[in-house]
Order: sequence, then C-alpha cells, then structure tokens
Amino acid sequence: MFSSLITCRYRSAFGDWLATIFALIIINKAGGLIYNKTFHEGGLNKISTNDYLVLAGTFHGVHAITTRLNPLKNVPAADRIPASTTLAGGPGMLTRPEPSSGLEVLESENFRLQCFNTMTGTKFLLFTDTTQANVDVTIRRIYEMYADYVMKNPFYQLEMPVRCDMFDRKLSSYIRELNNR
Amino acid sequence: MHSASLPCELTVQSELGGRAYPVLPNPPDKRGLRSSTPQPSPAPIFGESKQAEPPHLDRIQQQNTKSAKRAPPTASNMAHVATGKPVGGSKEQSGGGLRYPTSGKTIYHRPLNRSKTSELSQASFAYLFSEMISYAQKRVTGIQDLEKRLNLQGHPIGLKLLDLLLIREPARTQARPLNIIALLHFIKINIWQHLFGRQADRLEKSSNPDTPDEYMIIDNEPLVNAYVSVPREMSQLNCAAFVAGIIEGVCDGAAFPARVTAHSVGGKEEGEMWPGKTVFLVKFQPEVLEREALIGKG
Repeated sequence: MFSSLITCRYRSAFGDWLATIFALIIINKAGGLIYNKTFHEGGLNKISTNDYLVLAGTFHGVHAITTRLNPLKNVPAADRIPASTTLAGGPGMLTRPEPSSGLEVLESENFRLQCFNTMTGTKFLLFTDTTQANVDVTIRRIYEMYADYVMKNPFYQLEMPVRCDMFDRKLSSYIRELNNR
Repeated sequence: MHSASLPCELTVQSELGGRAYPVLPNPPDKRGLRSSTPQPSPAPIFGESKQAEPPHLDRIQQQNTKSAKRAPPTASNMAHVATGKPVGGSKEQSGGGLRYPTSGKTIYHRPLNRSKTSELSQASFAYLFSEMISYAQKRVTGIQDLEKRLNLQGHPIGLKLLDLLLIREPARTQARPLNIIALLHFIKINIWQHLFGRQADRLEKSSNPDTPDEYMIIDNEPLVNAYVSVPREMSQLNCAAFVAGIIEGVCDGAAFPARVTAHSVGGKEEGEMWPGKTVFLVKFQPEVLEREALIGKG
C-alpha cells in the first residue's frame, strides 16, 4: 500500500515526475543570462548555452512588452475619482490603471515558468512541474540566497555571470531537499 | 563695520588667528574662508595642518559663489559682489583638531563594558568586509601580497583587543598570558567569543618534530568567510587572513611575536563536512620558544 502511494504521488499517467523543480535562470537587468542551472534531468529538453542566452534575451524583451500592456478600463461612475482630482472627468470616463509589473507565470501542459522580478530588475525564472506548490516561496528563498552568497561575495562583479561556489552549493542542497520531499 | 558683518569678522579670527594671515574686517583675496554650507572636499579631521596652507583655488571659487549669495547685503559686501571678489560668511566654530559630538562625549568617555554584550549585524559586516577585500585588492601583485594586506588590516585590531578583553576580566585574572598555551587558550576562548560569539573549534600543536614552534587554531567555518566564494584562479587565497592578522596582533601585543597565516583545508581531510574549514598556523619566533624553555626549567 505504501509503495503504491509513493507511485501515485510521483508518477503521472505519462510517466513524468511530479512536483519537481526543473531549472533556474537568472537574468540581469540588461537582459543578459548570468546564471542557469538544471536540477532535474529529463524534465525539460536540453538546450545549448547559446540557446540559453537567446532564451534569456527573448524573455527579457517579452517581459518588457508585458509591462507596457496597460489597457484602458471603463470605470462605473460610482467608483470614479472625484472630478476635481482628474483633468477630464466626463461620464463613463476611461481611466488607465497602474502599469502592471509584467509577466509573472507562464503555464504550459508540461511545465510552469514562474518569474520573479526584483526591485533592481534582476529576474529569477524557475521552471517547475505544473503541480509544484508554493513556487513564490521557493523563488523568494532563492532570491535570499542570491542576496547572501552572490551580492555579499567580494569577488562578484555586478551584472556579470555568477560563479560562486557557495551559492551553487546552498542552492543545490535546498532544491534537492524540495525535490526529494 | 556694522553689526551685520560681525560674525564674518569673528570667523576670520577663529580660523586664521595665530597664523601668518592678517586679521582683517574684510577678507583678503583668495584666502581660505569656509562657508557653513557643506563642502565638496572631505572635511579635515586633523584640521590644523590642512588649514595652514592656502586652500586650492577652484575650491575657493566654488565657495565664493555660494557664500556671496548668503552674505548679508552690507555696503562693503555688495561692493565685493560687484567686483567679483570673494566674500565670506560662516558660523562654523570648530577651527581644527578633533571634532567632538554635540554632547561632548567621545568614544573614550563611554564605559568600557558598554559594548560587552552588544551584537552587530552580520550583513553589514559582510558588506564592510567585502569592501575591505576590494580595497586590499587594489595594486596588489599576487595572492601573497593580498593576504599580507588583509593581515595588516587585522593586526591593530588584535593589539587593541588584547588590552580591552584583559581589562574587562575580573581583577584576579587580568594578568597577561605568560606561556604559549595560556595565550592560545585566551585566543581560542576569549578572542573568538568576543569576535564571533563562539569558541574556536580546535587547538593543535604541530606533530612534526622539525617545527616545534608551530601551533594551529582550527575554525570549521570562519564567520568572515560566511559569504565569500573565492574564484578558482585564486584558490590559494583565504580571506580569513584578516583574522590571522588579528591573532598576530594579539600575539605581538602579549610579547609573543609570531607569524600567523590562514590556510583552507576544507574538503580534503574530513570529506565535504566543512568546506570552509580554516587552519590558522601560528609560528612563533625562536626567542619565544627559548624563553618558554627557560620558564619550563624554572
């Protein structure tokens, strides 16, 4: 009984692993790839380093576009701001909401991509299985590790590729723990 | 002169008094008059020597444009503005020397035990240490040189810590350590406890008969290296050389002159348990061992 429970939990009908974190990508504020690491082989197709760079650059562009997608909304008259604070306040006025923070989640049949954009514009992309829970907590923990072991490392140069043993080690053990749970 | 320009005269006297400059109601051309607005150049801490020499020209001109606007519009001042000559106005009273806080209490007025149990943020130390390493890295020729510089940064801390920690001890145990073992125990326990909030992990004596002057203080994960990842091309470097400098300072201050170096041994002996494990190798000068032998006989 116990073994069947485990199988149920980890294997879907297609034989894929469930509740798994596949990979992490960090993109600097200029759109350059500064870190990528695969935690679980077989979840995603392998791509070359060059493709990773293209992927990072493309995502950066797409993210920039999504932050500009800012549709006009027709606000009912009751919720409207008093006319004195707005310049042109006619009935059925179109107001522009606050710009969005951009793309956050991209979900497909096989994986889920969660994007975390820091205050300084560094992006953390986490590729997980579609059933993975609490990805935002995980990604914040990764951000904390980045702040500790990359930003406090005297040998790290800003905006350059991350090559910090300590960060690698801590990240791997944290993700391993999550994937084996 | 009228009462409006009195502060101006006062400042001239307090700043230039006792020097070669004539004290005039109207300031001489291109001479150092400091307005009370913040200066772009760093304020002199040891002001005496800096103010004695005529300040730099472009700095003065910058000041003139500022002070001209603030000066009270007396007849004489207006004349200076019209001719484009410097006009100074200042309320700053500190002529030079050490600057005191407004309460008059400097760090030397504080009780010695005040910061005994206080703690610092590790993050702020990490950023400070990061900048210390970047600073030490400027114009160095190699890793040896860099470690030497970090060592030198720690040395004065060790010298002062020895005095501070001994004076905080109860009167009975205030004596300085008199032999090598007592000294190393003092470092392992008191110094480590004060700096890192815990004791060092181990104390060893070199088992090699050729080097009886070598002792080892072992720390499994030095606090200073908590966030430091040394790049592969500098794998010889251990930034705990700073702590080695502190130890060296303590040894020198206690009259046990020694050379202390930091070595990474993580991942070699005891597996991957402590990847940041560091050995501080304390190598005493020959005269220390000579004295130690004499004491032993006595």
